[in-house]
Amino acid sequence: MYKIKKDNLSALFQMISANQELYVPAEVNGQVNLAVYREDTKADIDTLKTVKSPKDAFFPQSETLYTCVKDGKKISIEPQELASQNFVVFGMRACDVKGLEVLDRVFLSDPVDSFYAARREHGIIVALACHEPEESCFCKVFGTDAADPSADVAAWLVEDELFWKPLTEKGNSLTEEVKSVLEETDDKDEEKLSKEKENIRAIIEKLPYTNLSLEGWNGEVLMDKFNSPVWDELYKPCLACGTCTFVCPTCQCYDIKDYDTGHGIKRYRCWDSCMYSDFTMMAHGNNRTTQMQRFRQRFMHKLVYFPANNDGMYSCVGCGRCVDKCPSSLNIVKVIKAFEKQQGGEKNE
Amino acid sequence: MSIENNEEFRPKIVAFCCNWCSYAGADLAGSSRLAYPADVKIIRVPCSCRVNPMFILRAFEKGADGVILCGCHPGDCHYTTGNFYARRRMTLLFSMLDYIGVENGRTRVEWVSAAEGVKFSTTMNEFVEKIRSLGKNVRLEDLRCRS
Amino acid sequence: MQELVARAKELLADKTVARVLGWKAGDLPYNPEPAYFEKEEDFKDFVYDGFCGANLSKYMIEASKLEGKTLVCLKPCDTYSFQELMKEHRVDREKAYIIGVGCKGKLDIEKIKKQGIKGIESVSGAEINGPAEELKFQTVYGEKTCSYADGMLERCHVCKGKDHMVYDEIIGESRETKDSDRFAEVEKIEAMSPEEKFAFFQKELSKCIRCNACRNVCPACSCRKCVFDSNKFDSAQKANVDSFEEKMFHIIRAFHVAGRCTDCGECSRVCPQGIPLHLFNRKFIKDINEFYGEYQAGADMEPRTPLTDYVFEDVEPSVVTERG
Repeated sequence: MYKIKKDNLSALFQMISANQELYVPAEVNGQVNLAVYREDTKADIDTLKTVKSPKDAFFPQSETLYTCVKDGKKISIEPQELASQNFVVFGMRACDVKGLEVLDRVFLSDPVDSFYAARREHGIIVALACHEPEESCFCKVFGTDAADPSADVAAWLVEDELFWKPLTEKGNSLTEEVKSVLEETDDKDEEKLSKEKENIRAIIEKLPYTNLSLEGWNGEVLMDKFNSPVWDELYKPCLACGTCTFVCPTCQCYDIKDYDTGHGIKRYRCWDSCMYSDFTMMAHGNNRTTQMQRFRQRFMHKLVYFPANNDGMYSCVGCGRCVDKCPSSLNIVKVIKAFEKQQGGEKNE
Repeated sequence: MSIENNEEFRPKIVAFCCNWCSYAGADLAGSSRLAYPADVKIIRVPCSCRVNPMFILRAFEKGADGVILCGCHPGDCHYTTGNFYARRRMTLLFSMLDYIGVENGRTRVEWVSAAEGVKFSTTMNEFVEKIRSLGKNVRLEDLRCRS
Repeated sequence: MQELVARAKELLADKTVARVLGWKAGDLPYNPEPAYFEKEEDFKDFVYDGFCGANLSKYMIEASKLEGKTLVCLKPCDTYSFQELMKEHRVDREKAYIIGVGCKGKLDIEKIKKQGIKGIESVSGAEINGPAEELKFQTVYGEKTCSYADGMLERCHVCKGKDHMVYDEIIGESRETKDSDRFAEVEKIEAMSPEEKFAFFQKELSKCIRCNACRNVCPACSCRKCVFDSNKFDSAQKANVDSFEEKMFHIIRAFHVAGRCTDCGECSRVCPQGIPLHLFNRKFIKDINEFYGEYQAGADMEPRTPLTDYVFEDVEPSVVTERG
């Protein structure tokens, strides 16, 4: 394990970014999102959660798939190049990394999404443990340990230092690159680290959502949950905006569209939201015509359909972004609790 | 583009002309052999009031360097009041464009009657000159539309 | 709040109203959600406090289509939106029983969290009956405090006043919370050079994720089909690589509600990226005031709004260039 003074982090960032693209959480006009590191970028590693989840680095909100150019009577098609250079994502949280596992299930299973696969292959993740988890977090419910992120490199903020521990081959080679700014740790540091982990876990125990029960949510309860009258009440405050889906680290639905450039088209894909009226619109029309159906789709997908197709893995990681951001204060936790209540359970009261 | 080639900059200009006055004014300019630059592309609309703010933004997005809207003189609208509404809308829209930092002068409204072929031609000449001096529109352009 | 609940129950019991539209306590101390209450026992979750910022007027568009009257709780500023919707025949006054609820300024949890208050377990001081001077937070990281005014939504600092524009009865006291000039920020931008203006908006709008929350929450945005959802043109782009698309969306969004926007501030409240969207709407309001005379949407039932009206002597669009 290695360490570096917090004040010295910009040296580390500069060293990483000298060889490859580096993404760090950075503040722009009051909001922290992932941004490409430049010399004048002020990285913000104290803010717990970026507004948009870091899935952006692997599955960008919008990306061109290919371009058609019309020149007189000739039409040429230029395919988009795949990512071929390594890049580093610094400061993902344990839940965000878990979110990528969910995306891997979707994009890396047959047929493999070549754009995503290329980025996964070249991406090196430095995950940061959550020094001060917040009340909207419930990662423990999904078995994530915020104190011990698993990625290429795991990092912790302890007092005025950042601890750096490579965990994979990729992590080792990145460490080699930046070794000159890192210091070796000693036993005392190991002690500090285990204390930090203990602290984090103790705080997580105190958070209001930590003991949320997922009982009754699995791949087998499809019709039971689908036909439940609970949805009829739950969806009502929903504004049908896409905030929850766009900040979510696991939402993976996208739309493919053509942009008319006047001399050809750009075919691109962009995140889509099941909350939108034109989601999965087909030639015959739309198979979900009411907001209740769209609302239900989102949570059924996360808690029932996805586990049914992926060995019981939920497609929620408990990052709590939807809890923080929904304009109507709806979220997946309220959905889980409402069903629990309807079934007369007391666990989530 | 022309700028890089050091050739003279030829702006792309969209002119929305109302069917009843300004389009006829353009016709008159033509039949009177009054010259105006070929950079102006006329789009005929039933009334100046038909022009939605989005038409103007879309024209810029797709690469126009200037947009001008021509209609009947206030009080002479074929539909009685259309141009009055257009006037308010365009005032607000132009003010908003100014507010978000688009150079002043890329947009213009001019009232041209069917009898004012001369005015049509001088207005267009002036407007093209203005846009030439402002140069290429980069702030409202969609980069994907660059050829 | 007890008075409000008691009155709502009474009106439900004597069948004056079929349902009550208010707020239901959330599972955190600050996240109540808009909700309908139809039975007496539902009211155990009813809440009305400083965190009930949502403007319920928009929900009344749907509620107007339901059987029977809906009792709706509206804050003073929400009643402007409701009256504007009445004017546009989007809500049915006959289907609404309006209780004007008191308001002492609404709170912005994001703003509170920005002050380093996190891990919140409980809050006191946000109650509607309290003095609304100081907020106390019990957090997993210890006790924290914040003055009520520092936690208030931007819109409350430019409060339109404590009077309800339309109501059947009023329950609770209101307080005017205005402490800054409504157009100060707009004027600051107007004074910038074109380059600075452009850079300012470019930076703000680059954060936009096109979630449409600003549009969907807006009581004035009530088209059945929005041009940005239409699959007939490529105006429905959802998300784009080029930042112009965002600018066009925000200009058109604000333009479409110009003259009808009551400046309720919901757009800025809901933006997940904290974009000050009210700067667009207020620019239009300011221009309308300057060019066509002072106007407050939703303050009256006059059928003609600034953009559906005209006078022969109106200013010409060239005023924009000439004023320099």
